[in-house]
Amino acid sequence: MSAHLRCIDDLGRDGVDAVLKLTDSMVEVGRREIPKVPALRGRTVASLFYEDSTRTRLSFETAAKRLSADTMSFTLASSSVKKGESLRDTVLTIEAMGVDAIVVRHASSGVPWQLARWLEGSGVSVLNAGDGWHEHPTQALLDVYTICGEHKAGSLEGLRIAIVGDVKHSRVARSDVFCFAMLGASVVLVAPPTLLPPAIEGWPCEVAHDLDEVLGDVDVCYLLRMQAERTTEALVPSLREYAAVYGLDRRRAQRLPAGAIVMHPGPMNRGVEIAPEVADLPNAVITRQVANGVAVRMAVLFHLLTGQAHEEVRF
Amino acid sequence: MDATSSVVLQGGTVVDRTGARRADVVVREGVVVAVGLEVPVPDGARVLDCGGCWVGPGLVDLHTHLRQPGREEAETIESGSRAAALGGYTTVVAMPNTTPPIDSAGVVREIVALAAKALCTVEVSGAITVGRAGERLAPMAELAGLGVRLFTDDGSGVQDGRLMRRALEYARPLGVLLAEHCEDEALAAGGVMHEGEWSSRMGVPGQPAEAEEVMVMRDIALARLTGARVHLQHLSTARSVGLVREAKAAGLRVTCEATPHHLTLTDEACRGFDTVFRVNPPLRPAADRDAVQAGLLDGTVDAVATDHAPHDQEAKEQPFDQAPPGMLGLETAMALTLGQLGLGDDPQTLFALLSWQPGAVLGLDAGAGLVAEGTTADLCAIDPGERWVVDPARLASRSRNTPYAGRELVGRVRHTLHQGEPVVLDQEAQR
Repeated sequence: MSAHLRCIDDLGRDGVDAVLKLTDSMVEVGRREIPKVPALRGRTVASLFYEDSTRTRLSFETAAKRLSADTMSFTLASSSVKKGESLRDTVLTIEAMGVDAIVVRHASSGVPWQLARWLEGSGVSVLNAGDGWHEHPTQALLDVYTICGEHKAGSLEGLRIAIVGDVKHSRVARSDVFCFAMLGASVVLVAPPTLLPPAIEGWPCEVAHDLDEVLGDVDVCYLLRMQAERTTEALVPSLREYAAVYGLDRRRAQRLPAGAIVMHPGPMNRGVEIAPEVADLPNAVITRQVANGVAVRMAVLFHLLTGQAHEEVRF
Repeated sequence: MDATSSVVLQGGTVVDRTGARRADVVVREGVVVAVGLEVPVPDGARVLDCGGCWVGPGLVDLHTHLRQPGREEAETIESGSRAAALGGYTTVVAMPNTTPPIDSAGVVREIVALAAKALCTVEVSGAITVGRAGERLAPMAELAGLGVRLFTDDGSGVQDGRLMRRALEYARPLGVLLAEHCEDEALAAGGVMHEGEWSSRMGVPGQPAEAEEVMVMRDIALARLTGARVHLQHLSTARSVGLVREAKAAGLRVTCEATPHHLTLTDEACRGFDTVFRVNPPLRPAADRDAVQAGLLDGTVDAVATDHAPHDQEAKEQPFDQAPPGMLGLETAMALTLGQLGLGDDPQTLFALLSWQPGAVLGLDAGAGLVAEGTTADLCAIDPGERWVVDPARLASRSRNTPYAGRELVGRVRHTLHQGEPVVLDQEAQR
């Protein structure tokens, strides 16, 4: 049975803890003069990106290379895929080349689950690098790692985290809500009803519609990317109105409690969900999220492909 | 074995509208010539063992996609009719969303010609609008003249209420039935599963139950306005069933059907993103499934209709939101209905829902629901106790997209006679 990371549930609490501990070692590796270890020498990691994603693809490839894995990269324009072979045929072709892990990004929710089914018995691990609006588990892990690093307590237990914006279309939000809650944080979603999933009773979070009411007592203000196309779907009247009601401008940023941090999964729309100057405040940890992303993905690759825990390894 | 030989269905329980009784059935030249106990077996007659079986009128499916012309890799009239015969069907209504669609006399004639060799009767339906585009009326009178009894734009609903009104008015003197795929496309907004708890968690665009229900409401209103009959296809929500119940109580001429999958499965089945569960209308929550069951049992829903929708493997091996909606139904519908509605002691309700009520909706002779001297020998023998496991590789359909793979079902068709010809004997298709 292959180990997959399709969603945070695939890791469970113990797996998340193991990955976070491994990440500390990977951060240390990253600080070395030659930031490379032979941990995955001889292994092959294929990245299969059906959707453009500069940062996630580069982050995974950098992670694999720092562990000395061989990498293959497939970037597929969706148009040529439509004319050509089925998703399953593409995946089986890549498997036939001999890979140990497939990192997949797809605009359709659920693709990593389909891949895992088609690859059953092959020993290939599937890593979800973002599927549709569904899950982006390595983003959640790097967010958790970043929060732990920024916060005195070093854990999420008891923290209050606001996730602001387009939750409905956000794989980051879905992974974050369940991961943050699993680690003991209290999560509040802040968005207009049109940008919330239609049925979220049963989700481990609260819902609010007034950002100003929420800001005063959060430890983390997590802003989601707001896409211009949402205005054409009548989900919000305009980006201008969205920015006025849900954007983190300087005035709102000043109302955050001391020690609270501002996060964003990128790419940012400065002036929409986040004011340009807010993104550059010292408590905005957005570039740290990116930096931690490489170490977290190293940890995930190592954890899935070797099954070894932190205590057993020295790099 | 040809249709002119005699066949005796021996040792079963004959089930029809008049009741159920132990009797043998003698068939000659495509017609039932005797029904009774200890009727003499004609010389040279083929005797079919029906011990333990219900012998009733052949099943009628109001909603079958045979895919021909245009999608022969998924199904043909031949393969689809074989699947139908194995499922106990002797009549299926072929939906018009073929390529080209059935909106002209030429396509109707082509299908009629292809269906001459089918293992069951293929009733050709026609599109309500040209190209199923929802803009102009198809030549309904011309198609009715060729024998088309049912018109639908199935695959989509007629979005324009005025156009649907005109279609109902225009068709009224033709004695044909207009059937609607109830889905308001603006509200459905491209949703690929039921909008609710599961779609929210899965990050999959959903379509709310109301996308179906507002069109059910509109078409009931149009039935009132025009006085025409309306048949509502594959209803899937509790409120849709409730609306039809009220409309029938008010004396409106509305009929409806429900599928075996909406009777047995819920939207939770989609959680693993297996595209075999992608279907339109989508699988709904348990409360809707239960309401559809109740509607079938209390007479609100007139018929179980399969919405048999073959798709080749390659098409279903796409991402969940890109795979075409639809699932196979013909070979499993009877057993699922029997099992899910608990009809093991009630063969009359089973045959009512699968045979004579759909027959009556369409105005077929089968609507009489009689197994009697002089009736056409469209018959099936069902063994209600036979256990079997659905194996997609062994289905007669050219496609494999059944959501019941590996599931054990109880109840199986043993024999099917189509116009006197034994097309299925001992669970095997004869050609």
